[in-house]
Amino acid sequence: MSVPRFWRRLKNLYNLIGTHCEKCGRFFYPPRNMCPKCRRNGIVSPFKFKGSGVVVTYTIVHTSAKDYSKLTPYILAIIKLDEGPSLTSQVICDHSQICIGMRVRSAFRKLGEESDKGMIYYGTKFVPMEEKA
Amino acid sequence: MRDVAIIGVGCTEFGELWDKSFRELFVEAGVSAIEDANVQGGKIDALYVGNMSGGRFIEQEHLGALIADYSGLASLNVPSTRVEAACASGGLALRQGILAVASGYHDIVVAGGAEKMTDVGVETTTDALAAAADREWEGIMGATFPGLYAMIARLHMHKYGTTQEQLAAVAVKNHHNGTMNPKAQFQNEISIETVTNSLMVADPLRVFDCSPITDGASAVVIAPAEIAKKYCDTPVYVKASAQASGTISLHDRPDITTLDATVAAANWAYKMAKLKPKDISFAEVHDCFTIAEICAIEDLGFVKKGEGGPATESGMTALGGKVPINPSGGLKACGHPVGATGVKQAVEITLQLRGEAGKRQINGAKIGLTHNVGGSGGTAVVHIFGREK
Ligand SMILES: [Zn+2]
Repeated sequence: MSVPRFWRRLKNLYNLIGTHCEKCGRFFYPPRNMCPKCRRNGIVSPFKFKGSGVVVTYTIVHTSAKDYSKLTPYILAIIKLDEGPSLTSQVICDHSQICIGMRVRSAFRKLGEESDKGMIYYGTKFVPMEEKA
Repeated sequence: MRDVAIIGVGCTEFGELWDKSFRELFVEAGVSAIEDANVQGGKIDALYVGNMSGGRFIEQEHLGALIADYSGLASLNVPSTRVEAACASGGLALRQGILAVASGYHDIVVAGGAEKMTDVGVETTTDALAAAADREWEGIMGATFPGLYAMIARLHMHKYGTTQEQLAAVAVKNHHNGTMNPKAQFQNEISIETVTNSLMVADPLRVFDCSPITDGASAVVIAPAEIAKKYCDTPVYVKASAQASGTISLHDRPDITTLDATVAAANWAYKMAKLKPKDISFAEVHDCFTIAEICAIEDLGFVKKGEGGPATESGMTALGGKVPINPSGGLKACGHPVGATGVKQAVEITLQLRGEAGKRQINGAKIGLTHNVGGSGGTAVVHIFGREK
């Protein structure tokens, strides 16, 4: 992914900032600049999520694209944030521990890297609720 | 709108075809389709080319013009359009061809699809395929295509008790069907144990739960129904063509185990054809992963939600079962040259309805359905075909 394309989303990725529609009250993460329900009638503004949620489903990825190959095997999951929206991220915990319904919270982590000399991506991953981030 | 028929079909063999190029594959499929239809090149009014990722796989764009040129149709200035919807590109190219003829804009149209996936290394292929999902919010988090379907499988197992063996039964059935298809990439039988002991790709999906990386092309010739018999004794009539969109990200789907786009496209198609799921004799569905076929037979209404696993295990979807699914061998055994798959499904339906499917022939097949999906459900295309108008 190009540097500008990544850089554009840093504030969202680093701080779990999505958006909120003041018209219908729905929350969006990843952020949307148009509410899919109210469309042009919506009033969309930035919103910082608490970062707590629950695992909806997960997998353990053994074969990945090159940028992530150093991390394999890793837990990829869909997490439903307490405010409503769901997102895709990784969960850092023992592989025998992960389960559907597990409570998790966000943590700042390295996501991956392009190559030995390439860009390193950071962003939000998740850890079990009880543990310290 | 006019009624539309398929009057000719063509397909290359599917597999790792290292000695053939993209353009050669498409021309081979196209020529065999127009020979089958007994149409002269000068009669062709338009071309539609389904392709997902020529820019990544062969570093070539502008594929519409390339194909018109290498088919010998550029000298006649025949309009040629490339159509893209990830793995549903072929189904969508077919639909564009059908719409063009139905509208009266064109009479004879060739709709095809092609993908050349083995010219690049497997890591590039994995990355190109991941582009069918949301790059900025799924890909960046390490989501792979098998990873997304694995998350569907995990939740399906959790909600409905679907088992590893039921997933494996899809692959075993489709490999069995593939043994009777001389064009299939894999023509060997496998057992449940072959699947459940194979290498883990994204838990719970193993290598044998996944469709392979494939080169191949397929094409059909489409004409108005009223002149179809001029070209062909056994035209196959298009009874419905439907397309629907769903969220590009899996995480935005209200129910992760249901492809809303499939449900919507299927409902529209059944309504258009004035048919119900029970009227369908057989179907070619999008089994890019074993779990995808289980979701497909549920979302298409052949079984109730959650019953796809037991239904497959019971043999309901086998050749000779109540609704044979993927008699060709599906994406799993035939291979999945992403842009070609949706058209190849229509080729199989046509052969079956004409009674030309050889050892895998379904006796008395009257109505066939195709189901082609892009990404994890961002696009779904459903067609229904019949022997009679
Ligand atoms: Zn709104």
